[in-house]
Amino acid sequence: MDADLLLILPLVLPLAAAVLALLFRNVPRVQAGINLISMSGVLAVSLGLLAMINEQGIQSFASGGWPAPFGIVLVADYLSVIMLIVSAIIGVAVAVYAIPNIDAERVHFGFYPFMNLLMLGINGSFLTGDLFNLYVWFEVMLISSFVLIVLGNTEDQLAGAVKYVMINLVSSLFFLTGAGLVYGTAGTLNMAELALVLNEVESSGLVTIISMMFLISFGIKAALFPLFFWLPASYHTPPAAVSAFFAGLLTKVGVYAMIRVFTLLFTQDIGYTHTTMLMWVAGLTMVTGVLGAAAQNDFRRVLSFHIVSQIGYMIMGLAIYTPLALIGAVFYIIHHIIVKANLFLVSGVAQRLGGSFSLKKLKGLYAHHPGLAILFLIPAFSLAGFPPLSGFWAKLVLAKAGIEAGAYGIVAVAIAVGLFTMFSMTKIWVKAFLPGSSDPDAAENDATERRPMTMGTRLMYVPIAALAGITIMISVFAGPVFDLAERSANELSDSSAYIEAVLGHEESAADPYTRLDLDRRSGGVHAP
Amino acid sequence: MGIVLAVFAGFALALVAPWITGATGRATGWLYSLVPAGITAYLSTFIAPVAAGETMRVAYAWVPGLNVDLSFYVDGLSLFFALLITGIGTLIFIYAGAYLKGHHHLGRFFAYLSMFMAAMVGLVLADNLFTFYIFFELTSFASFVLIGFNHDEAASRRAAWQALLITKAGGLALLAGFLLMEQATGTLQISAILETGEAIRDHGFYTAIVLLVLAGAFTKSAQFPFYFWLPNAMQAPTPVSAYLHSATMVKAGIYVMARFHPVLSGTDLWFWLVGGIGAFTMVLSAWLALQYTDLKGILAYTTIMALGALTMLLGLGTETALKACLVFVLVHAFYKAALFMVAGAIDHGVHERDITKLGGLRSKMPITFGAAVIACLSMAGIPLFFGFIGKEIIYEATLHLDQAALFFTGAALLANVALVASAGLLAIRPFMGPLNDLTSHAHRPDTGLWFGAAVLAVLSLGLGLAPWLLDSAILAPSLSALMGAEATPHLAIWHGFNLPLALSGVTVALGVGTYFAWTPMRQSAPFRALERWLGTGLDNGYDHAINGLLATATAQTNFLQNGYLRRYIATILGTTVAVVGYTFGHFGFEGPVLSFVGIAPYEWILSLLIVGGALATLFLSARIALVAALGISGFSIALTYLMYGAPDLAMTQFLIETLTVILFVLILAALPTLSEVASIGHRLRDGVLAVATGSMFTALMLAVLNQPFENRMGEYYMQYSYSEAQGRNIVNTILVDFRALDTLGEITVLLIAGFGIYTLLRLKRSKTSEKVEASRASEQVEQLS
Repeated sequence: MDADLLLILPLVLPLAAAVLALLFRNVPRVQAGINLISMSGVLAVSLGLLAMINEQGIQSFASGGWPAPFGIVLVADYLSVIMLIVSAIIGVAVAVYAIPNIDAERVHFGFYPFMNLLMLGINGSFLTGDLFNLYVWFEVMLISSFVLIVLGNTEDQLAGAVKYVMINLVSSLFFLTGAGLVYGTAGTLNMAELALVLNEVESSGLVTIISMMFLISFGIKAALFPLFFWLPASYHTPPAAVSAFFAGLLTKVGVYAMIRVFTLLFTQDIGYTHTTMLMWVAGLTMVTGVLGAAAQNDFRRVLSFHIVSQIGYMIMGLAIYTPLALIGAVFYIIHHIIVKANLFLVSGVAQRLGGSFSLKKLKGLYAHHPGLAILFLIPAFSLAGFPPLSGFWAKLVLAKAGIEAGAYGIVAVAIAVGLFTMFSMTKIWVKAFLPGSSDPDAAENDATERRPMTMGTRLMYVPIAALAGITIMISVFAGPVFDLAERSANELSDSSAYIEAVLGHEESAADPYTRLDLDRRSGGVHAP
Repeated sequence: MGIVLAVFAGFALALVAPWITGATGRATGWLYSLVPAGITAYLSTFIAPVAAGETMRVAYAWVPGLNVDLSFYVDGLSLFFALLITGIGTLIFIYAGAYLKGHHHLGRFFAYLSMFMAAMVGLVLADNLFTFYIFFELTSFASFVLIGFNHDEAASRRAAWQALLITKAGGLALLAGFLLMEQATGTLQISAILETGEAIRDHGFYTAIVLLVLAGAFTKSAQFPFYFWLPNAMQAPTPVSAYLHSATMVKAGIYVMARFHPVLSGTDLWFWLVGGIGAFTMVLSAWLALQYTDLKGILAYTTIMALGALTMLLGLGTETALKACLVFVLVHAFYKAALFMVAGAIDHGVHERDITKLGGLRSKMPITFGAAVIACLSMAGIPLFFGFIGKEIIYEATLHLDQAALFFTGAALLANVALVASAGLLAIRPFMGPLNDLTSHAHRPDTGLWFGAAVLAVLSLGLGLAPWLLDSAILAPSLSALMGAEATPHLAIWHGFNLPLALSGVTVALGVGTYFAWTPMRQSAPFRALERWLGTGLDNGYDHAINGLLATATAQTNFLQNGYLRRYIATILGTTVAVVGYTFGHFGFEGPVLSFVGIAPYEWILSLLIVGGALATLFLSARIALVAALGISGFSIALTYLMYGAPDLAMTQFLIETLTVILFVLILAALPTLSEVASIGHRLRDGVLAVATGSMFTALMLAVLNQPFENRMGEYYMQYSYSEAQGRNIVNTILVDFRALDTLGEITVLLIAGFGIYTLLRLKRSKTSEKVEASRASEQVEQLS
C-alpha cells in the first residue's frame, strides 16, 4: 500500500467512523460495528506501517503537499508506529468490551463517536511532526476524553471531570506558551527542523529554560509528580470500558510527547534536563504513586495510582538516556499499556460479578470465577514485575541501564517500588478474589447480590483473555519485543534519520536554511 | 534437550492437572508421582558422568539483547539438589494424593505443587543469573498459592501474603545483587562466573553484592530476623509444609549461598555474616522450638534450626564444614520430611496436632510410629542413624576452625541439645502412653500416608549404617563444585574415640535432661519472654511495619490528593514557577535592557487597565464585579493586539471576551452570592502565586524576545499565498491550506464540544452540577476511610 495512505488512514478511519456513528445514532448495533471496524482498521494499518518502516525506514507525509518545514508533516518512525499499534490493540479490545459494558443511554449520547474522536486525537499526536499540530491533537484528545468522562452525568463523573478538564487546560496553556516560545526562538514549528535549529541557538540555556514549559505541560498529561492530581480524581468514575481506554492510552500520549521532545528537541543540556530534572521527577513519581495506591480501597483507585507510579519507570528510562535505557522506556510502554488497560477491564467484570468496585465489598471471586482470577493474576503480577512476565523484562532493562549508567539511586527506588506494587496487587487479590475476612462491614455486604454470569459478561472476558494472551506473548517472546524497542531506541538516540526523512536528503543536514535561499536566488516560483 | 524436558515436565503437568484430576480419582497421587519419579530416574543417569568429572550445559537464546539464555547446567551441586527435589517430590506427590483424597480442588493443588517442583528444578539447574532469578521467584509464587490453599481461613491468607512479601523483598535484593554481579564479571552465565576466581571479591561492588545476595538467601531460607514467616507458613496443607517449607524451597537460599560460594566466600565479611547469622538463627530457633506444643510448630522451628546450621556451615567454609553442610542437607531432608508426613498422618487421623493432647498412637498407626522413631533417632544424632554422621562432621568442622572454634562449637552443642529434646517430644508424646478420648478414635492411615515416611526412615537407617555409599557418587562431585576445587570426601560410621564423639555423648545426655525438664522450662519466665520477643514478637513487628507503611501512605495521599481543585492548581503553578525559576537561576537570565522611555500615554493607560483589572479580582467579593474586572483586563489586552498590527487576533479576542463575560454573568446570576470569602492570608498567598506566575511568563517572553528572529515562515507564506494557495489573505491561506490539518483538528474540537454540551444537558438532567461540591466531599471521605 502507498506510504502516504498508510500515514493518513489512522486519522481518516476514526474520523470517518465518528461521523458515520453519529449518523447512526439510534442504531447501537451499527455503531458498535462501525467502531469495531474502525479500531481493527487502525490496527491493520498500523501493522502495515510497521512493515513499511521495517523495509524503508522512517515515513513522512507532507499534508497539502506543502514541503517541510512550511506545511504540516506526518511522520512515522518506530516509536510512533509502536504507539499506534499498541493503542489500536487497546482500541479493539475496548470496542469489544464496550458492547456489553456501555449502556444504551451512553451509546445514544455518542459514546462511539467520542471514542473514535479520542482515537483520532491519540493517533494524530503519535503521527504529527509539527509542534503546534501536536497541540491541536492534544486539544482533540482533551475535549473528547472530557465528554467521555462526563458521559452519564453521575455526581462522581462530574466532580472528576471538572478536575480533569481544569488541570489539563493548565497543561494546554503551558504547552501553547512553550510552543510560542519555541517559535519565537527558532522560527519554525517543524520538529525535525527544530531538532537542528534549537541546537544552534546561541543562548543554549534559553532552550533548556523553555524546555521546562514542556516538562510541566507534558508532565501534567503524563501524570508526573506533583502534577498528577487529575488522574486519581477522575479515572475511577466512568464505566470500566472508558477507564480502561484512558488508563491504557492517555498518560502514555503524554509520555510519548515527553520522549519525543526530550530526545529530538531538548538535548542541549542532558545533565540538567535529563539526569537532574527528569531523574528526580521519575523517582518521586514512582514513590508517591505507589504509596497513593497502597492507601486506596477501591479497585480502580488502586489501579489509577499505579498508573502514576508506573509512568515514573518510563520517565526513568528517558532520564538515564542511554540507548539501553530508551529501550527500557519503550519496552515499558508496550508492556504497560496492555497490562494496565487489561486490569481496568478486569475491574469492570469484577464489578459486574461482585457488585462493586470497592475492595471492602468485593470478595470471593476466585472461588466462583477461577478463570477471572487467573486473568487478573497475569496482568497484576506482570505489573508488579514478577518474572518472567512482561513487566519483569521492562524493569530488568531499566535497572540494568541504570546500573550501567551509575544511577544507583533511581535503580534502588525502582526496585523497592516494585515490592510495593506487589503489595497493592496482592492486596486486590486477597481482598477481592479470596473469601472475605471477618470485617464488620462484610456482613452487610452479603446483601449485595452476587450477579449471575450473562452472555454480556462472557463477551467481556474475550478482550481480557486476548490482552492477557498478548502479555504472555510479550513475556515469552521478550527477545523480539526487545529488538523492536531497540530499533526505536536507536532512532531516538540518533535523530539524523528522522530529520532526513522529514527534511529530505541533501539540503537538510548541514544548513536548514539552504532550501529557502535557493528558492530566493532562483527568484521564481517554486512549485511546492 | 532432555534437561529442558526434565524442567518443563512439571509445568506441563501443572497445566493439565486441573482438567484431568477428576478422572484419576484415588490413584491421583500415585499416578502423578510418576512425573517426579521419571525426572529422578532421568537425572540419575547423570550421576556416573558427573562423578567422573563431567558437566553438561544446554543453552537456548531467550532475550539475546540482554544476554539472557534459557540455559541449564548440570554439575555435582546442581545434580545433588535436583535429585533431592525430585526424589522427595515423588514421595510427597504420593503422600499428597492420600492426604487430600477427595478434596474438590485436588487438581488445582497438584497443579501448584508440580509448578513448584518444576520451578525448583529449574532454579537449581539454571545457568543464567536471570533465568535463575525467574525460577527463584516462581517458587515464591507457588509457595504463595500453596500456603493460601485453604484460603477460607484468615490465618492462611495472612501467612501466604506475608511469606510472599518477605521472600519477594529478598528476591528483589537478589536481583539487584545479580545485576551488580553481571557488572563485576561481565557475564550472566553462572558456570562462567564460577570460573572468574577473584573477579567479584576484588571488585568495588563486592560488599554490595554479598549483602544483596544474602538478603535474598536469608529471607528465602528463613534466617534471623526474617524467619518469622516460616512458622506461619505451616498454615499450608502438610504435604506443602513437608515439601516446600522444610525439604526444598527453603533450601533455595542455601543453594544460592552454596552456588556462589566459590566466588563470594573467603572474606571476613562472609565468614562472620553468614557464619554468625547462621549460628545465631540455629541456636535461637532450636530453643524456640521447645516453646511449642503444636507438632508443626516444633517442626517449623527445628527446620529453621537446620537452615541456620546449614547457613553457618557455608559461612565457615572449610572443607569439613562444606562436607558437613551437604551431608546435613540430606540428613535433614530425610528425617524432617518423614516427620512432617508423620505429623500430617496424625492430624489426618486424629484432627489434633497438640502433643500435650495426643498419646498412645503406636497401636493405631504402627508403621507411622516406626518411621517416626527412626526419623527422630536420626534427628537426635544417635549412632547407627544417618543423623549421627551429620552431627559428628558438624562438630569436627567447628572444632577445627582456625578462628572462633570454641564459639561455633558451643553454638552447635547448644542447638543440638535442644534438638535432641525436640526429637524426644516428637517421637514419644504422640505415640507412647495410653490412648485418650481423642486418639482412641484415630483411624488407620492409608498406604499413601505412611509410605513416604517409611521410605525416608529406611534411608535414614541405611545411610546411617553405610554412609560411604554416598562418597564418590554423590558427595565428591557436589563438594568439589561447592569448593570450586577437587575433593575426595569419605564418610565413616566410626572415627574412633575422639572429641566429636564425646560431644555427641554430652549432647544426648543434656538433651535427655532437657526433655524431662521440658514442661517447667517451657513455662518459665525467661523462655516465655524469649518466645514473646523473638517468636511472635517479630511477627507482630511485621504487622507494625505494614500498618506504619499504610499510615504513611494514607497521610501522604491525603496531603497530595486532597480533593480540592484550587489546591491542585496552586500546586501545579507553584511547581512551574519553582522549576522555571530554578532553571533561570541555573543558566542565568539574558533579557533586553528594559527602558520606560518613549512609552505613549495610551500605552500606559492600557497597561494600567490590564494590571488593575487583575489586581481588582483580589479584593472584590461580588461575583459580577469579579467578572467585570476580568473583562477589563481581557478587553485591554485585545486592544493591544489592535494597536500592534494584529486586527484579526483582536477581533477574535473581542468576541471571546464578550462571550465569556455574557456567559459568566448568565451563569452567576443563577448562583447564590459567595458564601465563603477567602481570608486575607489566603488571598495574599494566591496573589503572591499569581504575581510569581505572571513574572515567570514575562521573564520567559523577555528572554525569547532578546533572541534574533528570522521570519522565514512569514516570508514563505507571503511568497506563496497568492501564487500557490490562491488567496490574498495570508491568515486565511495559513488556516485553510498551509496548515489545514490544524484547522481540521480545531473544528473537530468545536464539534465535540458542541455535541458534548448537548449531551451534558440532555442526559439524566436530574443530576445537576450543584452536587459537585457534595461529591468532592465524598471523594474526601473515601480517601480517609
